[in-house]
Amino acid sequence: MTEALKELGALIELKRPDCVLGWDVSFGELNVDVAPANIAGLVEFLRAEPRCKFSSLVDVTAVDYPERAKRFDVVYHFLSMYQNHRIRLRVSIREDEMLPSIVDVHPSANWFEREVFDMFGILFTGHPDLRRILTDYGFRGYPLRKDFPTTGYTEVRYDEAQKRVVYEPVNLVQEYRQFDFMSPWEGAEYILPGDEKEGAK
Amino acid sequence: MDGSKMDDALTGEQKIRNFNINFGPQHPAAHGVLRLVLELDGEIVERCDPHIGLLHRGTEKLMESRTYLQNLPYFDRLDYVAPMNQEHAWCLAIEKLTGTEVPRRASLIRVLYSEIGRILNHLLNITTQAMDVGALTPPLWGFEEREKLMIFYERACGARLHAAYFRPGGVHQDLPDALIDDIEAWSHTFPAVMDDIDGLLTENRIFKQRNADIGVVTEEDILKYGFSGVMVRGSGLAWDLRRSQPYECYDEFEFQIPVGKNGDCYDRYLVRMEEMRQSLSIIRQAISKLRETPGDILARGKLTPPKRGDMKRSMESLIHHFKLYTEGFHVPAGEVYAAVEAPKGEFGVYLVADGTNKPYRAKLRAPGYLHLQAMDYVAKGHQLADVAAIIGTMDVVFGEIDR
Repeated sequence: MTEALKELGALIELKRPDCVLGWDVSFGELNVDVAPANIAGLVEFLRAEPRCKFSSLVDVTAVDYPERAKRFDVVYHFLSMYQNHRIRLRVSIREDEMLPSIVDVHPSANWFEREVFDMFGILFTGHPDLRRILTDYGFRGYPLRKDFPTTGYTEVRYDEAQKRVVYEPVNLVQEYRQFDFMSPWEGAEYILPGDEKEGAK
Repeated sequence: MDGSKMDDALTGEQKIRNFNINFGPQHPAAHGVLRLVLELDGEIVERCDPHIGLLHRGTEKLMESRTYLQNLPYFDRLDYVAPMNQEHAWCLAIEKLTGTEVPRRASLIRVLYSEIGRILNHLLNITTQAMDVGALTPPLWGFEEREKLMIFYERACGARLHAAYFRPGGVHQDLPDALIDDIEAWSHTFPAVMDDIDGLLTENRIFKQRNADIGVVTEEDILKYGFSGVMVRGSGLAWDLRRSQPYECYDEFEFQIPVGKNGDCYDRYLVRMEEMRQSLSIIRQAISKLRETPGDILARGKLTPPKRGDMKRSMESLIHHFKLYTEGFHVPAGEVYAAVEAPKGEFGVYLVADGTNKPYRAKLRAPGYLHLQAMDYVAKGHQLADVAAIIGTMDVVFGEIDR
């Protein structure tokens, strides 16, 4: 399995050297890093090339790495029902960058790209209908970014006096509990209570 | 037919325009909280815009601040019709990253309960879809069987629905012999119930009229819209992850993959019926294998708790138990995609681990998301009444679509 994937990775790199920045096989899965501008072309190539035949789009998602200059990784998964193999494409983009949409090649990317836009705020050029999809009508912010708090910013309730649902800023009775179970003996990244002077030395 | 060419119609009132209606979010045939904005020309659907997200709970966000084990119960709440199949994908993803070998007995139990989950799902889907097209008895009969299966769930893990039974490295607890006997006894009574439902629906004139030639899906549509599961098999493609990319120990089971011919709602119904029979055969095979394979049901190690007895005697075991349930286990950095053939199609987990005790990012790939996406395409040109039949046969559950 791994050998076949390595062959496939080499083939893709050979045929489309302008798109592929690098590839590797890990955990029995083929990962290909792709240049943002060429993603649509490569996806089209992967679908048409008889030895690849990645005809089904399985998933499009993104991962946020706030500390990196190229903040987001947009990740595409493809499956070939004919050749029975899978591939993962990774595209790194900056926060202010836009990514070409692949809806023209795979219509199923439509909702996936809407979801990525909704959750991460990544814009796809050429998408026919880039609306929010999972969040509330009129929602603001991008929930799956790492700097978005898990509690969100607004909460809703039904107001008996106004006879409608009202939006209010989140009011927490106690701080949202982000448990830290990491052992303080093994490389904790914070100063333990009582150790403040120790850290200053 | 927007009325612009009807010169003899003089008043504005007589001009015909398309009619927009909201289907849901509180419609019994919408199978959950689905809001469809339908544009109708008479009774013909011109455009269908599904509005989803009414059940969005931010599962993926919540998962980023919880340990791997704490995340497991979230999977029961995705597709709540067949909870264990989802847990399976999560366990497989973790096991792939950590390189854990699941003991054989645990593997067989997982297969057994995945197939029970498949029957649970198909029973609900077939019978409620029949209700959508006008039959009232099948759901009553189907739910009776579902109840029995839920009791098997309960006897294995203590919960009827939110099982949290599959754990990374195996399953939570071993099955008692009496339970295995009872599942086998049930597997001999179930075919009669299947025949009953079969007799009610398969040759039923109304059921056929409402389903045959409705929502036809071709091979090209499957690729275009990324279908999986029964939506693929109903159109004649024998694609089943259990067969083509075997996980767990499915490669040693004998089962057939039923395929449809026309790709319409009726064929998908037939495929589901036959899949239940195949699942039943897998259940029986798993039971006979289980009886021959005693042994542990967890890969003892960092991922799994120590035996209760060890904890009473060994300090290390006690510490391990405490650390496992507070800090949780650490998963080496890397990214994997693990998929299972859930009853609804390919359910996948894309897991990005950064070496800590929490997932850096987990993306849940739900089959229903893609199926519902194609609603506009599939429903276009059908009657309004067919929309209910198509939603039913697409097998959408909003727990997994909205996440």
